[in-house]
Amino acid sequence: MTSASEIAGAVRAGSRRARDVVEEHLARIAERDAELHAFVTVTGDDARAAANAIDRTVEGGGDPGPLAGVPIALKDNLCTRGVPTTCASRILEGWRPPYDATVVTRLRAAGAIVIGKTNLDEFAMGSSTENSAFGPTRNPHDLTRVPGGSSGGSAAAVAAALAPLGLGSDTGGSIRQPAALCGVVGVKPTYGAVSRYGLIAFASSLDQIGPLASSVGDAAALLEVVGGHDPLDSTSIEAPAPRVTAGLHDGVEGLRVGVVRELMDGIDADVVARVEIAARALEKEGASVDEVSVPAAVHGLSAYYLIAPAEASSNLARYDGVRYGLRVEGADITDMYNETRAKGFGPEVKRRIMLGTYALSAGYYDAYYGQAQRVRTLIIRDFDTVYADHDLLLAPTAPTTAFALGAKTDDPLTMYLSDVCTIPSNLAGHPAVSVPYGTGDDGLPVGVQLLAPALGEPIMLRAAAALERTLT
Amino acid sequence: MGERISRQEVAHVARLARLSLTDDELARFTEQLGAILDHAADVAALDTTDVVPTAHPLPLRNVLRDDVVVPSLDRDEVLAQAPAVEDGRIRVPRIITPSADDEADPRA
Repeated sequence: MTSASEIAGAVRAGSRRARDVVEEHLARIAERDAELHAFVTVTGDDARAAANAIDRTVEGGGDPGPLAGVPIALKDNLCTRGVPTTCASRILEGWRPPYDATVVTRLRAAGAIVIGKTNLDEFAMGSSTENSAFGPTRNPHDLTRVPGGSSGGSAAAVAAALAPLGLGSDTGGSIRQPAALCGVVGVKPTYGAVSRYGLIAFASSLDQIGPLASSVGDAAALLEVVGGHDPLDSTSIEAPAPRVTAGLHDGVEGLRVGVVRELMDGIDADVVARVEIAARALEKEGASVDEVSVPAAVHGLSAYYLIAPAEASSNLARYDGVRYGLRVEGADITDMYNETRAKGFGPEVKRRIMLGTYALSAGYYDAYYGQAQRVRTLIIRDFDTVYADHDLLLAPTAPTTAFALGAKTDDPLTMYLSDVCTIPSNLAGHPAVSVPYGTGDDGLPVGVQLLAPALGEPIMLRAAAALERTLT
Repeated sequence: MGERISRQEVAHVARLARLSLTDDELARFTEQLGAILDHAADVAALDTTDVVPTAHPLPLRNVLRDDVVVPSLDRDEVLAQAPAVEDGRIRVPRIITPSADDEADPRA
Protein backbone atom coordinates (compact mmCIF):
# COMPACT_ATOMS: atom_id res chain seq x y z
CA MET A 1 0.00 0.00 0.00
CA THR A 2 1.40 3.39 -0.96
CA SER A 3 0.61 6.26 1.36
CA ALA A 4 -0.86 9.57 0.27
CA SER A 5 2.27 11.41 1.36
CA GLU A 6 4.51 9.10 -0.70
CA ILE A 7 2.32 9.53 -3.77
CA ALA A 8 2.18 13.32 -3.42
CA GLY A 9 5.93 13.48 -2.83
CA ALA A 10 6.71 11.43 -5.93
CA VAL A 11 4.23 13.27 -8.16
CA ARG A 12 5.47 16.66 -6.99
CA ALA A 13 9.09 15.59 -7.62
CA GLY A 14 8.18 14.42 -11.12
CA SER A 15 9.33 10.86 -10.40
CA ARG A 16 5.82 9.44 -10.75
CA ARG A 17 3.04 10.50 -13.07
CA ALA A 18 -0.37 11.30 -11.56
CA ARG A 19 -1.91 9.53 -14.55
CA ASP A 20 -0.10 6.30 -13.64
CA VAL A 21 -1.24 6.58 -10.03
CA VAL A 22 -4.84 6.99 -11.18
CA GLU A 23 -4.60 4.03 -13.60
CA GLU A 24 -3.21 1.79 -10.84
CA HIS A 25 -6.07 2.66 -8.52
CA LEU A 26 -8.72 2.31 -11.23
CA ALA A 27 -7.30 -1.14 -11.98
CA ARG A 28 -7.54 -2.09 -8.30
CA ILE A 29 -11.12 -0.85 -8.19
CA ALA A 30 -11.95 -2.90 -11.31
CA GLU A 31 -10.38 -5.94 -9.65
CA ARG A 32 -11.86 -5.65 -6.15
CA ASP A 33 -14.98 -3.53 -6.14
CA ALA A 34 -17.37 -6.04 -7.68
CA GLU A 35 -17.19 -7.97 -4.40
CA LEU A 36 -16.67 -5.02 -2.01
CA HIS A 37 -19.14 -2.53 -3.49
CA ALA A 38 -17.36 0.38 -1.85
CA PHE A 39 -18.24 2.71 -4.74
CA VAL A 40 -21.58 3.94 -6.00
CA THR A 41 -19.93 5.81 -8.89
CA VAL A 42 -16.36 5.54 -10.22
CA THR A 43 -15.29 8.74 -11.94
CA GLY A 44 -12.57 7.27 -14.16
CA ASP A 45 -12.70 9.76 -17.03
CA ASP A 46 -12.78 12.83 -14.77
CA ALA A 47 -9.94 11.35 -12.70
CA ARG A 48 -7.80 10.73 -15.80
CA ALA A 49 -8.40 14.28 -17.03
CA ALA A 50 -7.51 15.73 -13.62
CA ALA A 51 -4.36 13.59 -13.47
CA ASN A 52 -3.28 14.74 -16.92
CA ALA A 53 -3.69 18.35 -15.84
CA ILE A 54 -1.52 17.76 -12.78
CA ASP A 55 1.18 16.08 -14.85
CA ARG A 56 1.19 19.07 -17.20
CA THR A 57 1.55 21.41 -14.22
CA VAL A 58 4.54 19.43 -12.93
CA GLU A 59 6.14 19.33 -16.39
CA GLY A 60 5.65 23.09 -16.70
CA GLY A 61 7.42 23.65 -13.37
CA GLY A 62 4.26 24.74 -11.51
CA ASP A 63 3.11 23.76 -8.02
CA PRO A 64 0.53 20.97 -8.33
CA GLY A 65 -0.53 21.23 -4.67
CA PRO A 66 0.18 19.36 -1.43
CA LEU A 67 -1.96 16.33 -2.38
CA ALA A 68 -0.85 16.23 -6.02
CA GLY A 69 -2.00 13.08 -7.75
CA VAL A 70 -3.52 11.47 -4.65
CA PRO A 71 -6.77 9.64 -5.46
CA ILE A 72 -9.58 10.25 -2.98
CA ALA A 73 -12.88 8.45 -2.44
CA LEU A 74 -15.74 10.78 -1.50
CA LYS A 75 -18.76 9.68 0.47
CA ASP A 76 -21.73 10.07 -1.83
CA ASN A 77 -23.39 12.72 0.34
CA LEU A 78 -20.75 15.28 -0.74
CA CYS A 79 -21.85 17.35 -3.72
CA THR A 80 -19.75 17.05 -6.87
CA ARG A 81 -20.74 19.33 -9.74
CA GLY A 82 -22.13 17.37 -12.68
CA VAL A 83 -21.36 14.01 -11.04
CA PRO A 84 -24.26 11.99 -9.58
CA THR A 85 -24.62 12.45 -5.81
CA THR A 86 -27.15 9.99 -4.44
CA CYS A 87 -26.89 9.76 -0.64
CA ALA A 88 -27.51 6.07 -1.49
CA SER A 89 -31.18 6.99 -1.84
CA ARG A 90 -33.67 6.40 -4.65
CA ILE A 91 -34.96 9.89 -4.02
CA LEU A 92 -31.71 11.41 -5.34
CA GLU A 93 -30.84 8.74 -7.89
CA GLY A 94 -29.37 10.37 -10.98
CA TRP A 95 -29.22 13.85 -9.46
CA ARG A 96 -26.23 15.87 -10.61
CA PRO A 97 -25.47 18.76 -8.26
CA PRO A 98 -24.95 22.18 -9.85
CA TYR A 99 -22.06 22.91 -7.47
CA ASP A 100 -19.10 21.37 -5.62
CA ALA A 101 -18.98 21.06 -1.83
CA THR A 102 -16.33 23.36 -0.34
CA VAL A 103 -14.21 20.34 0.65
CA VAL A 104 -14.29 19.16 -2.98
CA THR A 105 -13.22 22.59 -4.25
CA ARG A 106 -10.34 22.58 -1.75
CA LEU A 107 -9.28 19.05 -2.67
CA ARG A 108 -9.16 19.91 -6.36
CA ALA A 109 -7.11 23.03 -5.60
CA ALA A 110 -4.69 20.87 -3.58
CA GLY A 111 -4.17 18.50 -6.49
CA ALA A 112 -6.14 15.56 -5.06
CA ILE A 113 -8.03 13.50 -7.61
CA VAL A 114 -11.64 12.43 -7.02
CA ILE A 115 -11.69 8.79 -8.09
CA GLY A 116 -15.26 8.03 -7.14
CA LYS A 117 -18.24 8.40 -4.85
CA THR A 118 -18.65 5.84 -2.10
CA ASN A 119 -21.53 3.89 -0.66
CA LEU A 120 -23.23 4.84 2.61
CA ASP A 121 -26.30 4.12 4.66
CA GLU A 122 -29.10 6.10 3.02
CA PHE A 123 -28.67 9.78 4.01
CA ALA A 124 -25.89 8.61 6.41
CA MET A 125 -28.46 6.97 8.69
CA GLY A 126 -27.00 3.71 9.88
CA SER A 127 -23.99 1.91 11.30
CA SER A 128 -23.38 -0.84 8.74
CA THR A 129 -23.89 0.60 5.21
CA GLU A 130 -26.67 -1.97 4.82
CA ASN A 131 -29.27 0.81 4.56
CA SER A 132 -27.99 1.79 1.10
CA ALA A 133 -30.65 1.65 -1.60
CA PHE A 134 -27.94 0.21 -3.86
CA GLY A 135 -26.98 -2.75 -1.67
CA PRO A 136 -24.44 -3.12 1.14
CA THR A 137 -20.67 -2.65 1.13
CA ARG A 138 -18.60 -5.57 2.42
CA ASN A 139 -15.70 -5.47 4.86
CA PRO A 140 -12.38 -6.03 3.03
CA HIS A 141 -11.09 -8.08 6.01
CA ASP A 142 -14.02 -10.52 5.82
CA LEU A 143 -16.59 -10.33 3.04
CA THR A 144 -19.33 -11.80 5.24
CA ARG A 145 -19.04 -8.84 7.63
CA VAL A 146 -20.22 -5.24 7.45
CA PRO A 147 -17.69 -2.40 7.06
CA GLY A 148 -19.54 -0.31 9.64
CA GLY A 149 -21.28 2.87 8.68
CA SER A 150 -22.48 5.12 7.59
CA SER A 151 -19.21 6.00 5.79
CA GLY A 152 -18.63 2.28 5.11
CA GLY A 153 -17.79 2.78 1.44
CA SER A 154 -14.99 5.27 2.09
CA ALA A 155 -13.61 3.15 4.97
CA ALA A 156 -13.65 -0.03 2.86
CA ALA A 157 -12.08 1.80 -0.11
CA VAL A 158 -9.16 2.98 2.04
CA ALA A 159 -8.79 -0.41 3.80
CA ALA A 160 -8.64 -2.23 0.45
CA ALA A 161 -6.21 0.36 -0.98
CA LEU A 162 -8.69 1.35 -3.69
CA ALA A 163 -7.89 4.93 -2.67
CA PRO A 164 -5.24 6.18 -0.22
CA LEU A 165 -7.65 8.80 1.16
CA GLY A 166 -11.35 9.03 1.81
CA LEU A 167 -13.76 11.61 3.13
CA GLY A 168 -16.75 10.70 5.24
CA SER A 169 -19.22 12.49 7.45
CA ASP A 170 -19.75 11.82 11.14
CA THR A 171 -23.05 12.66 12.84
CA GLY A 172 -22.95 10.04 15.61
CA GLY A 173 -19.83 8.05 14.73
CA SER A 174 -20.17 7.55 10.98
CA ILE A 175 -16.47 8.13 10.27
CA ARG A 176 -14.94 6.60 13.39
CA GLN A 177 -16.99 3.42 13.69
CA PRO A 178 -16.41 2.22 10.09
CA ALA A 179 -12.74 3.24 10.45
CA ALA A 180 -12.53 0.96 13.49
CA LEU A 181 -14.30 -1.94 11.80
CA CYS A 182 -12.17 -1.65 8.65
CA GLY A 183 -8.83 -1.06 10.42
CA VAL A 184 -8.14 2.47 9.19
CA VAL A 185 -7.77 5.91 10.81
CA GLY A 186 -10.91 8.08 10.99
CA VAL A 187 -11.17 11.64 12.32
CA LYS A 188 -14.23 13.58 13.41
CA PRO A 189 -13.05 17.19 13.66
CA THR A 190 -14.42 19.84 16.01
CA TYR A 191 -17.88 20.96 14.92
CA GLY A 192 -17.30 23.91 12.57
CA ALA A 193 -13.68 23.03 11.75
CA VAL A 194 -14.57 21.75 8.27
CA SER A 195 -17.15 23.51 6.11
CA ARG A 196 -20.43 21.65 5.66
CA TYR A 197 -21.28 23.59 2.48
CA GLY A 198 -22.25 20.91 -0.03
CA LEU A 199 -22.55 18.15 2.55
CA ILE A 200 -26.13 16.95 2.19
CA ALA A 201 -27.63 17.67 5.59
CA PHE A 202 -28.70 14.92 8.00
CA ALA A 203 -28.57 16.48 11.50
CA SER A 204 -27.07 19.92 11.05
CA SER A 205 -25.99 20.57 14.64
CA LEU A 206 -24.01 17.30 14.68
CA ASP A 207 -22.77 16.66 11.10
CA GLN A 208 -19.04 17.06 10.47
CA ILE A 209 -16.92 16.04 7.46
CA GLY A 210 -13.63 14.31 8.21
CA PRO A 211 -10.78 12.18 6.84
CA LEU A 212 -10.29 8.44 6.51
CA ALA A 213 -6.75 7.24 5.78
CA SER A 214 -4.38 4.37 6.39
CA SER A 215 -2.21 6.45 8.74
CA VAL A 216 -2.59 9.35 11.17
CA GLY A 217 -0.12 11.35 9.06
CA ASP A 218 -2.21 11.03 5.91
CA ALA A 219 -5.43 11.83 7.81
CA ALA A 220 -3.78 14.94 9.28
CA ALA A 221 -2.56 16.11 5.86
CA LEU A 222 -6.08 15.73 4.47
CA LEU A 223 -7.60 17.63 7.40
CA GLU A 224 -5.24 20.56 6.77
CA VAL A 225 -6.41 20.72 3.15
CA VAL A 226 -10.18 20.55 3.74
CA GLY A 227 -10.39 22.44 7.04
CA GLY A 228 -10.56 26.15 7.78
CA HIS A 229 -13.12 28.93 7.64
CA ASP A 230 -15.66 29.06 4.83
CA PRO A 231 -18.06 31.99 4.48
CA LEU A 232 -20.52 29.64 2.75
CA ASP A 233 -21.13 27.78 6.04
CA SER A 234 -22.42 30.09 8.78
CA THR A 235 -21.42 27.56 11.48
CA SER A 236 -17.83 27.46 10.22
CA ILE A 237 -15.24 28.52 12.81
CA GLU A 238 -13.53 31.77 11.87
CA ALA A 239 -10.00 30.43 11.90
CA PRO A 240 -7.63 28.84 9.42
CA ALA A 241 -7.37 25.04 9.25
CA PRO A 242 -5.61 23.73 12.37
CA ARG A 243 -1.92 22.96 11.79
CA VAL A 244 -1.91 19.30 12.66
CA THR A 245 0.91 17.74 10.67
CA ALA A 246 3.85 19.64 12.13
CA GLY A 247 3.81 18.16 15.64
CA LEU A 248 2.98 14.56 14.79
CA HIS A 249 6.37 13.27 15.94
CA ASP A 250 6.44 15.13 19.24
CA GLY A 251 5.14 12.22 21.32
CA VAL A 252 2.98 12.13 24.46
CA GLU A 253 5.53 12.85 27.22
CA GLY A 254 3.71 14.64 30.02
CA LEU A 255 0.22 14.35 28.54
CA ARG A 256 -2.61 13.47 30.94
CA VAL A 257 -4.96 10.88 29.48
CA GLY A 258 -8.23 9.72 31.08
CA VAL A 259 -9.90 6.40 30.27
CA VAL A 260 -13.66 7.03 30.25
CA ARG A 261 -15.27 4.54 32.62
CA GLU A 262 -18.80 4.89 31.21
CA LEU A 263 -17.61 4.13 27.68
CA MET A 264 -15.99 0.84 28.76
CA ASP A 265 -19.35 -0.51 30.06
CA GLY A 266 -21.09 -3.16 27.97
CA ILE A 267 -18.19 -3.34 25.51
CA ASP A 268 -16.86 -6.70 24.28
CA ALA A 269 -13.99 -7.95 26.44
CA ASP A 270 -11.54 -8.25 23.54
CA VAL A 271 -12.18 -4.62 22.58
CA VAL A 272 -11.74 -3.46 26.21
CA ALA A 273 -8.48 -5.41 26.31
CA ARG A 274 -7.11 -3.49 23.31
CA VAL A 275 -8.04 -0.14 24.92
CA GLU A 276 -6.18 -1.20 28.08
CA ILE A 277 -3.14 -2.20 26.04
CA ALA A 278 -3.28 1.19 24.32
CA ALA A 279 -3.42 2.89 27.74
CA ARG A 280 -0.30 1.00 28.88
CA ALA A 281 1.46 1.88 25.62
CA LEU A 282 0.74 5.60 26.09
CA GLU A 283 2.05 5.35 29.66
CA LYS A 284 5.22 3.75 28.41
CA GLU A 285 5.65 6.67 26.03
CA GLY A 286 5.51 9.09 28.95
CA ALA A 287 1.83 9.97 29.31
CA SER A 288 0.03 9.60 32.64
CA VAL A 289 -3.14 7.56 32.41
CA ASP A 290 -5.97 7.24 34.91
CA GLU A 291 -9.66 6.41 34.93
CA VAL A 292 -12.19 9.25 34.66
CA SER A 293 -15.94 9.56 34.75
CA VAL A 294 -18.24 11.38 32.33
CA PRO A 295 -21.54 10.45 34.03
CA ALA A 296 -23.89 12.15 31.56
CA ALA A 297 -22.39 10.13 28.70
CA VAL A 298 -24.74 7.27 29.59
CA HIS A 299 -27.63 9.43 28.34
CA GLY A 300 -25.86 10.22 25.06
CA LEU A 301 -27.44 7.49 22.98
CA SER A 302 -31.01 8.37 23.99
CA ALA A 303 -30.42 12.09 23.50
CA TYR A 304 -28.84 11.47 20.11
CA TYR A 305 -31.74 9.36 18.89
CA LEU A 306 -34.08 12.26 19.63
CA ILE A 307 -31.93 15.12 18.33
CA ALA A 308 -30.66 13.51 15.12
CA PRO A 309 -34.07 12.28 13.88
CA ALA A 310 -35.69 15.60 14.83
CA GLU A 311 -33.18 17.57 12.76
CA ALA A 312 -33.35 14.97 9.98
CA SER A 313 -37.13 15.21 9.76
CA SER A 314 -36.74 18.94 9.15
CA ASN A 315 -33.78 18.66 6.76
CA LEU A 316 -35.39 15.92 4.68
CA ALA A 317 -38.60 17.88 4.21
CA ARG A 318 -36.92 19.32 1.12
CA TYR A 319 -37.26 16.01 -0.75
CA ASP A 320 -40.74 16.65 -2.04
CA GLY A 321 -40.44 15.90 -5.76
CA VAL A 322 -40.52 19.57 -6.74
CA ARG A 323 -37.05 20.85 -7.56
CA TYR A 324 -34.77 17.82 -7.99
CA GLY A 325 -34.62 14.07 -7.63
CA LEU A 326 -37.53 11.67 -7.81
CA ARG A 327 -41.08 12.82 -8.48
CA VAL A 328 -44.07 10.50 -8.32
CA GLU A 329 -47.05 12.29 -9.89
CA GLY A 330 -50.21 12.44 -7.78
CA ALA A 331 -53.78 13.68 -7.96
CA ASP A 332 -52.77 16.94 -6.27
CA ILE A 333 -49.57 18.36 -4.80
CA THR A 334 -50.01 16.78 -1.36
CA ASP A 335 -50.51 13.44 -3.02
CA MET A 336 -47.33 14.05 -5.03
CA TYR A 337 -45.38 14.79 -1.82
CA ASN A 338 -46.76 11.73 -0.02
CA GLU A 339 -46.12 9.30 -2.86
CA THR A 340 -42.71 10.70 -3.84
CA ARG A 341 -41.46 10.36 -0.28
CA ALA A 342 -43.06 6.94 0.19
CA LYS A 343 -41.33 5.60 -2.91
CA GLY A 344 -38.05 7.50 -2.60
CA PHE A 345 -37.06 6.87 1.03
CA GLY A 346 -35.98 3.52 2.49
CA PRO A 347 -37.19 2.05 5.80
CA GLU A 348 -34.55 3.53 8.14
CA VAL A 349 -34.98 7.04 6.71
CA LYS A 350 -38.75 6.77 7.06
CA ARG A 351 -38.36 5.50 10.63
CA ARG A 352 -36.20 8.50 11.58
CA ILE A 353 -38.43 11.01 9.82
CA MET A 354 -41.36 9.57 11.77
CA LEU A 355 -39.50 9.60 15.07
CA GLY A 356 -38.23 13.13 14.51
CA THR A 357 -41.58 14.49 13.39
CA TYR A 358 -43.13 13.00 16.51
CA ALA A 359 -40.39 14.40 18.78
CA LEU A 360 -40.96 17.88 17.35
CA SER A 361 -44.76 17.76 17.27
CA ALA A 362 -47.04 19.82 19.47
CA GLY A 363 -47.05 18.69 23.08
CA TYR A 364 -43.85 16.62 22.80
CA TYR A 365 -41.23 19.17 21.76
CA ASP A 366 -40.05 20.04 25.25
CA ALA A 367 -40.28 16.52 26.67
CA TYR A 368 -38.12 15.07 23.90
CA TYR A 369 -36.14 17.49 21.71
CA GLY A 370 -35.83 20.21 24.37
CA GLN A 371 -34.85 17.71 27.03
CA ALA A 372 -32.29 16.04 24.73
CA GLN A 373 -30.68 19.43 24.11
CA ARG A 374 -30.35 19.93 27.86
CA VAL A 375 -28.59 16.57 28.04
CA ARG A 376 -26.07 17.97 25.56
CA THR A 377 -25.32 20.70 28.08
CA LEU A 378 -24.87 18.10 30.84
CA ILE A 379 -22.44 16.10 28.69
CA ILE A 380 -20.45 19.24 27.82
CA ARG A 381 -20.24 20.15 31.53
CA ASP A 382 -18.97 16.68 32.43
CA PHE A 383 -16.36 16.80 29.68
CA ASP A 384 -15.29 20.29 30.85
CA THR A 385 -14.81 18.96 34.39
CA VAL A 386 -12.59 16.13 33.18
CA TYR A 387 -10.61 18.34 30.79
CA ALA A 388 -9.78 20.69 33.66
CA ASP A 389 -6.99 18.26 34.56
CA HIS A 390 -6.70 16.03 31.48
CA ASP A 391 -5.48 16.69 27.94
CA LEU A 392 -7.15 13.76 26.21
CA LEU A 393 -9.55 10.92 26.82
CA LEU A 394 -9.27 7.32 25.71
CA ALA A 395 -12.16 4.95 24.92
CA PRO A 396 -13.19 2.18 22.58
CA THR A 397 -14.53 3.34 19.21
CA ALA A 398 -17.14 0.61 18.76
CA PRO A 399 -18.50 -2.02 21.17
CA THR A 400 -17.58 -4.93 18.88
CA THR A 401 -15.48 -5.82 15.87
CA ALA A 402 -17.21 -6.02 12.47
CA PHE A 403 -20.46 -7.96 12.74
CA ALA A 404 -22.08 -10.22 10.16
CA LEU A 405 -24.15 -8.76 7.33
CA GLY A 406 -27.81 -8.97 8.34
CA ALA A 407 -27.03 -9.53 12.04
CA LYS A 408 -28.65 -6.30 13.24
CA THR A 409 -30.95 -5.22 10.43
CA ASP A 410 -34.15 -6.44 12.10
CA ASP A 411 -33.71 -4.51 15.34
CA PRO A 412 -33.05 -0.79 15.01
CA LEU A 413 -32.19 -0.35 18.71
CA THR A 414 -29.43 -2.99 18.60
CA MET A 415 -27.98 -1.29 15.55
CA TYR A 416 -28.12 2.11 17.29
CA LEU A 417 -25.98 0.72 20.14
CA SER A 418 -23.04 0.52 17.69
CA ASP A 419 -22.63 4.28 18.19
CA VAL A 420 -22.68 4.39 21.98
CA CYS A 421 -18.96 5.29 22.33
CA THR A 422 -18.84 7.81 19.50
CA ILE A 423 -22.02 9.83 20.08
CA PRO A 424 -20.84 11.90 23.10
CA SER A 425 -18.24 13.73 20.96
CA ASN A 426 -20.89 14.73 18.42
CA LEU A 427 -23.25 15.97 21.12
CA ALA A 428 -20.42 18.03 22.64
CA GLY A 429 -19.08 19.22 19.26
CA HIS A 430 -15.63 17.90 20.23
CA PRO A 431 -13.06 16.19 17.99
CA ALA A 432 -12.21 12.50 18.23
CA VAL A 433 -10.09 10.05 16.25
CA SER A 434 -10.24 6.28 15.84
CA VAL A 435 -6.87 4.58 15.51
CA PRO A 436 -6.59 0.91 14.49
CA TYR A 437 -5.01 -0.94 17.40
CA GLY A 438 -4.64 -4.63 16.77
CA THR A 439 -7.36 -7.22 16.43
CA GLY A 440 -10.05 -8.87 18.51
CA ASP A 441 -10.52 -12.57 19.28
CA ASP A 442 -11.93 -13.09 15.79
CA GLY A 443 -8.84 -11.60 14.13
CA LEU A 444 -10.76 -8.53 12.94
CA PRO A 445 -9.58 -4.94 13.49
CA VAL A 446 -10.23 -3.06 16.73
CA GLY A 447 -10.17 0.74 16.87
CA VAL A 448 -9.38 2.80 19.95
CA GLN A 449 -10.63 6.32 20.25
CA LEU A 450 -8.87 9.45 21.46
CA LEU A 451 -11.14 12.35 22.42
CA ALA A 452 -10.14 16.00 22.87
CA PRO A 453 -11.84 19.26 23.83
CA ALA A 454 -12.97 21.64 21.08
CA LEU A 455 -10.10 22.61 18.73
CA GLY A 456 -7.86 20.01 20.37
CA GLU A 457 -6.98 18.38 17.03
CA PRO A 458 -3.22 19.13 17.15
CA ILE A 459 -2.62 17.40 20.48
CA MET A 460 -5.17 14.66 19.70
CA LEU A 461 -3.52 13.71 16.41
CA ARG A 462 -0.05 13.97 17.95
CA ALA A 463 -1.10 11.37 20.53
CA ALA A 464 -2.80 9.28 17.84
CA ALA A 465 0.44 9.24 15.84
CA ALA A 466 2.40 8.24 18.96
CA LEU A 467 -0.07 5.44 19.63
CA GLU A 468 0.18 4.27 16.03
CA ARG A 469 3.97 4.07 16.35
CA THR A 470 3.69 1.80 19.40
CA LEU A 471 2.18 -0.88 17.14
CA THR A 472 5.09 -1.09 14.72
CA MET B 1 -43.79 -2.31 27.65
CA GLY B 2 -46.37 0.45 28.00
CA GLU B 3 -47.96 1.79 24.86
CA ARG B 4 -45.88 4.90 24.22
CA ILE B 5 -47.45 5.69 20.88
CA SER B 6 -50.68 4.48 19.31
CA ARG B 7 -51.34 3.47 15.73
CA GLN B 8 -53.56 6.55 15.37
CA GLU B 9 -50.73 8.80 16.53
CA VAL B 10 -48.33 7.18 14.08
CA ALA B 11 -50.82 7.74 11.26
CA HIS B 12 -51.12 11.40 12.33
CA VAL B 13 -47.33 11.83 12.38
CA ALA B 14 -47.11 10.28 8.89
CA ARG B 15 -49.58 12.90 7.66
CA LEU B 16 -47.48 15.67 9.24
CA ALA B 17 -44.36 14.19 7.60
CA ARG B 18 -46.08 13.94 4.17
CA LEU B 19 -45.28 10.26 4.04
CA SER B 20 -47.84 7.76 2.82
CA LEU B 21 -47.40 4.50 4.73
CA THR B 22 -48.71 1.02 4.00
CA ASP B 23 -50.65 -0.84 6.71
CA ASP B 24 -47.58 -3.00 7.27
CA GLU B 25 -45.34 0.05 7.74
CA LEU B 26 -47.88 1.58 10.09
CA ALA B 27 -47.89 -1.53 12.27
CA ARG B 28 -44.10 -1.88 12.22
CA PHE B 29 -43.42 1.79 13.00
CA THR B 30 -45.96 1.76 15.84
CA GLU B 31 -44.02 -1.04 17.47
CA GLN B 32 -40.52 0.26 16.67
CA LEU B 33 -41.18 3.89 17.60
CA GLY B 34 -42.65 2.66 20.87
CA ALA B 35 -39.46 0.72 21.63
CA ILE B 36 -37.22 3.67 20.76
CA LEU B 37 -39.31 6.07 22.84
CA ASP B 38 -39.15 3.61 25.75
CA HIS B 39 -35.38 3.80 25.46
CA ALA B 40 -35.63 7.61 25.48
CA ALA B 41 -37.71 7.58 28.65
CA ASP B 42 -34.60 7.92 30.87
CA VAL B 43 -33.79 11.19 29.13
CA ALA B 44 -37.35 12.44 29.42
CA ALA B 45 -37.27 11.64 33.15
CA LEU B 46 -33.99 13.47 33.95
CA ASP B 47 -34.18 16.45 36.26
CA THR B 48 -32.87 19.30 34.13
CA THR B 49 -34.12 22.23 36.17
CA ASP B 50 -31.88 25.23 35.44
CA VAL B 51 -30.04 23.43 32.63
CA VAL B 52 -29.88 25.57 29.49
CA PRO B 53 -30.36 23.63 26.23
CA THR B 54 -27.39 23.48 23.85
CA ALA B 55 -28.55 24.36 20.36
CA HIS B 56 -25.02 24.82 19.07
CA PRO B 57 -21.91 23.31 20.65
CA LEU B 58 -19.74 26.39 20.11
CA PRO B 59 -20.43 29.96 21.18
CA LEU B 60 -20.90 31.31 17.65
CA ARG B 61 -23.18 34.27 17.05
CA ASN B 62 -25.29 35.04 14.01
CA VAL B 63 -23.02 35.57 11.07
CA LEU B 64 -23.74 38.44 8.73
CA ARG B 65 -22.07 39.26 5.45
CA ASP B 66 -21.95 42.45 3.41
CA ASP B 67 -24.82 42.72 0.96
CA VAL B 68 -22.70 42.25 -2.15
CA VAL B 69 -23.97 40.62 -5.32
CA VAL B 70 -21.99 37.46 -6.17
CA PRO B 71 -22.53 34.91 -8.95
CA SER B 72 -25.24 32.40 -8.13
CA LEU B 73 -25.93 28.90 -9.41
CA ASP B 74 -26.38 28.58 -13.15
CA ARG B 75 -30.12 28.71 -13.85
CA ASP B 76 -30.10 26.22 -16.72
CA GLU B 77 -27.94 23.79 -14.76
CA VAL B 78 -30.37 23.95 -11.84
CA LEU B 79 -33.48 23.60 -14.01
CA ALA B 80 -31.91 20.65 -15.84
CA GLN B 81 -32.22 18.70 -12.56
CA ALA B 82 -35.88 19.47 -11.97
CA PRO B 83 -38.42 16.72 -12.66
CA ALA B 84 -40.64 19.03 -14.78
CA VAL B 85 -39.85 22.42 -16.29
CA GLU B 86 -41.87 24.88 -18.33
CA ASP B 87 -40.85 28.33 -19.61
CA GLY B 88 -37.75 28.52 -17.43
CA ARG B 89 -39.63 27.56 -14.30
CA ILE B 90 -40.29 24.39 -12.32
CA ARG B 91 -43.72 22.92 -13.08
CA VAL B 92 -45.82 21.43 -10.26
CA PRO B 93 -49.39 20.12 -10.07
CA ARG B 94 -52.13 22.71 -9.58
CA ILE B 95 -52.00 23.96 -5.99
CA ILE B 96 -55.03 26.29 -5.93
CA THR B 97 -58.21 25.20 -7.64
CA PRO B 98 -60.38 27.98 -9.13
CA SER B 99 -63.17 27.28 -6.64
CA ALA B 100 -60.89 26.87 -3.63
CA ASP B 101 -62.53 29.77 -1.79
CA ASP B 102 -65.96 28.21 -2.04
CA GLU B 103 -65.11 24.64 -1.12
CA ALA B 104 -64.09 23.03 2.12
CA ASP B 105 -60.53 21.69 2.24
CA PRO B 106 -60.87 18.14 0.84
CA ARG B 107 -58.12 16.95 3.21
CA ALA B 108 -59.83 18.16 6.36
